[in-house]
Amino acid sequence: MTRLIAGNGWTLGLVGLLALLLVATKVIQPDFGVSGLDSVARSALPFALATVGMAIVVIAGGIDLSVAAMMAVASVTGAVLMEGASDGQAVLVVVVVLVVGLAMGAINGALIVLTRVPDIVVTLAMLFVWQGVALLILNAPGGGAAPWLRALIVGGLTLPGVPPALTQWLPKGVVFLAICVALVWVPIRRSKLGLMFYAIGSDPLAAFRSGVPVGRTRIAAYAVCGLFAALGGLSVTMSTGIGEPIPGPYLLASVAAVVLGGVVLGGGRGGIIGPILAVFVLRLVRLDLTLLSVDPNVAAIIEGSIMVAVVMFGAVLATRGRRT
Amino acid sequence: MSMTAEEPTTMGRIGRLMVDNPLIPLVILLFALIGVLAILNPAILSAFWVSNTLKIAIPLAMLAACQTLTMLTGGIDLSAGTVATITAFVSATLAPIIGVPAAIAIALSCAVLVGLLNGFGVAIARVHPLIMTLGTALIVNGCLLVYQRFVIATGVQIPEVLVWLGTGRSFGLPNSLFVFVPFAVLIIWAQRRTGFGRLLYAIGSNEAAARLSGVRVWQVHFLLYALSSVIAGLTGLLYLGQIKTASLSLAIPLDLPSVAAAVIGGTSIFGGRGGYGGTIIGALILTVLTTMLTLMQIPEGGRRIMFGLIILLVTALYIRLTDRN
Repeated sequence: MTRLIAGNGWTLGLVGLLALLLVATKVIQPDFGVSGLDSVARSALPFALATVGMAIVVIAGGIDLSVAAMMAVASVTGAVLMEGASDGQAVLVVVVVLVVGLAMGAINGALIVLTRVPDIVVTLAMLFVWQGVALLILNAPGGGAAPWLRALIVGGLTLPGVPPALTQWLPKGVVFLAICVALVWVPIRRSKLGLMFYAIGSDPLAAFRSGVPVGRTRIAAYAVCGLFAALGGLSVTMSTGIGEPIPGPYLLASVAAVVLGGVVLGGGRGGIIGPILAVFVLRLVRLDLTLLSVDPNVAAIIEGSIMVAVVMFGAVLATRGRRT
Repeated sequence: MSMTAEEPTTMGRIGRLMVDNPLIPLVILLFALIGVLAILNPAILSAFWVSNTLKIAIPLAMLAACQTLTMLTGGIDLSAGTVATITAFVSATLAPIIGVPAAIAIALSCAVLVGLLNGFGVAIARVHPLIMTLGTALIVNGCLLVYQRFVIATGVQIPEVLVWLGTGRSFGLPNSLFVFVPFAVLIIWAQRRTGFGRLLYAIGSNEAAARLSGVRVWQVHFLLYALSSVIAGLTGLLYLGQIKTASLSLAIPLDLPSVAAAVIGGTSIFGGRGGYGGTIIGALILTVLTTMLTLMQIPEGGRRIMFGLIILLVTALYIRLTDRN
């Protein structure tokens, strides 16, 4: 019970931090409004999707260093296939990319289970493999994206039958994120599979003795992570209109957001909401630094330092937790 | 191979040979690769080619020393390439302003600073070395971009001595051997004969046991990551002399091959096993392999895939072999 309160306390704290940062942004830039919110949501989308994938793997007791590289593969696959494709074909392409993501994640998981090499080494090796695959598919940024995909995440939400003024403030990027999480993670969390993720994360041996197929569950966790990485890669292509073969800075950012979001590195504890909130907190910090006209390179240093500090803090907490 | 797979005893014996003395199969592999290269293009093998291969392999082997030493404790140093780059860039851009010795001193102290930061994260905050060094690499890269704008007008001077070391030849062999041979002897001596070297193996084999026998693990980690950064800095200086341009991504492409070289050389990524001798052969194997891939016109993507798969394959193989014993 106390753990429940503590866990929610963490999330509530993040909500408070987020509100504080929004107010700060409004103070720095008085005309920060709907369009500003929209661009924050759009820039945060790939980070958020990568973080959800990472969070699921971390909950299941692993880590996936290849998340950014898988996003690059998904992004270039989508962009290359979509170039010159009709709207109908683009739907098919999206399905193909998602299947590719699932497959990449499943390959990561299967290699970890079959070779018995620790996850951190396997996914480091696969980071290079997926990077290579992305470069083989597309050597330089290029390709295209269907216009309707871009329309999915740009601008405010408009619902038929509801006056636009009521929903316009809500960025479509946030809605897209919410729908992805609701369609993929919520059913898993509610099913036996979600419980098994938490089980193998907190104690694989105990999970094994209670009849959880540890290997298969681990593969499933990595596959879901791959699926979210593919969604993240697609969102990069959606917002830029091209495929990007060089992985973005999503790896460290997602680890930092997962830790800041209250998921313990080592597994078994935490949820998805916290990490998503943490992504928006980190993005808003970046935005505020930009609005304060801090040099973007200096902002990158500050952001990197914050992430490293967060990860350090998380590691100290994890060590404490293990001792007590 | 099919014969040995059916006879576990032979397989076990080969496995023991690989684990106990990884140098023998590695040298065989190296010569096999050179043999394949000779079949692909007989004209390529010459004394000049050998000297050139050594020249290319030396910075890789030095950078791989960072990975070897940190891997002995079960860590890794992914900031090595970035540290090498800042050392090279800072010394090349400061040299016209304050002179060569002062520039090199400042550049190396930057490297030490990064190493201390890594050491702090790994030793005291207990962050996983992989994540910590990745993070510092990110921060350092940002600092480099900011620094670059202050020196954009000053021009670049590559110190003469570094150019001589990097590109010169004496007696048909590259001058960088003058640095590398003492360096390699020192590292191998340190890891085998000094207390510090043995502590690295002890921590890598069983950190809890090492701690209980009175080893101050955090001090060793601190020193180790600082040392690793100094080695990376020296590599950067040597590489600067070899490439003769100060770019912002000078040694970063060496990051991944340096890990691969250490892994191929038989150093276990989980710590406690391996050594620098194997790493040197590993670096040579990678250099020959790269020549081969260039000859066969494999694109960059294919090369990365191969490096990744090599790391995975070799690690999986070592796990299998040690499990069987």
